[in-house]
Amino acid sequence: MSTIVQVSGLSKTYGSVRAVDDVSFTLEENKITGLLGRNGAGKSTLMSLLTGQEFATRGDIRVFGASPVENASVLQKICFIKESQRYPEDFVVKHVFASAPWFFANWDADFAAQLIDEFRLPTDRRVKKLSRGQLSAVGIIVGLASRAPLTFFDEPYLGLDAVARQLFYDRLLEDYAEHPRTVVLSTHLIDEVSMLLEHVLLIDDGRIVIDDDAENLRNSATTVVGTRAAVDSFVAGHEVLHRESIGGLASVTVGTLDAQDRAAAAAAGLELSPVSLQQLIIRKTGTTTREFEQSA
Amino acid sequence: MDEGRPLFVQLAEQIESDILSGALPEETQVPSTNEFATFHRINPATAGKGVNLLVDAGILYKKRGIGMFVAAGSRARIVAQRRERFENDYVRPLLLEADKLGLSREEITALITKNITEGTSR
Repeated sequence: MSTIVQVSGLSKTYGSVRAVDDVSFTLEENKITGLLGRNGAGKSTLMSLLTGQEFATRGDIRVFGASPVENASVLQKICFIKESQRYPEDFVVKHVFASAPWFFANWDADFAAQLIDEFRLPTDRRVKKLSRGQLSAVGIIVGLASRAPLTFFDEPYLGLDAVARQLFYDRLLEDYAEHPRTVVLSTHLIDEVSMLLEHVLLIDDGRIVIDDDAENLRNSATTVVGTRAAVDSFVAGHEVLHRESIGGLASVTVGTLDAQDRAAAAAAGLELSPVSLQQLIIRKTGTTTREFEQSA
Repeated sequence: MDEGRPLFVQLAEQIESDILSGALPEETQVPSTNEFATFHRINPATAGKGVNLLVDAGILYKKRGIGMFVAAGSRARIVAQRRERFENDYVRPLLLEADKLGLSREEITALITKNITEGTSR
């Protein structure tokens, strides 16, 4: 599988703020990657750098083998759906879809028309009169129907209701299956999208904290629940990601357990439960320890 | 599918259960990887991994240019595998819970006999 994006030693500073801090990673062709992280973690900055909309302070970016900055041959293969895309002042919705084919060689007008219908988008309305959700739908339709070899969605669902978000996920998955391409999806709604992702990049405070396949991550943590003494003696020697306790009970999240560990836990009367991707990411980027002291 | 376990393993188990129940009879074609992916709303690569797990195990086989089929004899093999795991997956947890509740062996046996005669399980 070939590499589409190669980033090494990348930093971006705004004054004294390090938005992206010495980051290195690659994106493989035709995978859906989730770019996850908290507000202000550096997700949008990173995508702006990858699409040549910001200049790197330090480091190297290769997209389709070349720098994306001012590089038409690279940029024409990229579609970047921003959270707050601006459109020309007097544009009505249909102007957006009429001009999209000028920028995207693979534009599928029939698919766009189907999506406009499904999202119930009023095509004669002025873009600036649209609701927040409708504006998001415009971006999603452009992002899907452009079928760009490298597509970025930056929090594309703001203001969309649950039905419309599910429609987006379903159409993305169906169209990706038919027309494989490289997709980067930046999102807060990890539980909603985690099953769509093949790869996960977790960014925290400008640094990459997780760079792994989603399926590996699903297997990478377990929560152990039981009496405090039993849990403590079991987790000794394991990497502890998170700990909560209440009274004599403890709930501790640890790294991967093998079959032997699981048998030992069962024998000690401990309960094991899997940790979802969302929970794992909260564990990795949130506070690590919380004690509930029993009040008398 | 639940979030905490690898999805490809869950998909493979689901397909095996469908073979076991007869929903996917032997020598019939199973849905394509992309169909599994869109049906279960999971990444196609993940679905492919689950299907390949069963191809490697000889439960499914590929007909070039046509698709994926359930292998002859695979139902019996799945039954054998699951019988092997039955003690570990069902009987031991049952006894562990019964122990916590202080149920005696006689009481457990009586409960199982009662359920069998009442026809809860068949």
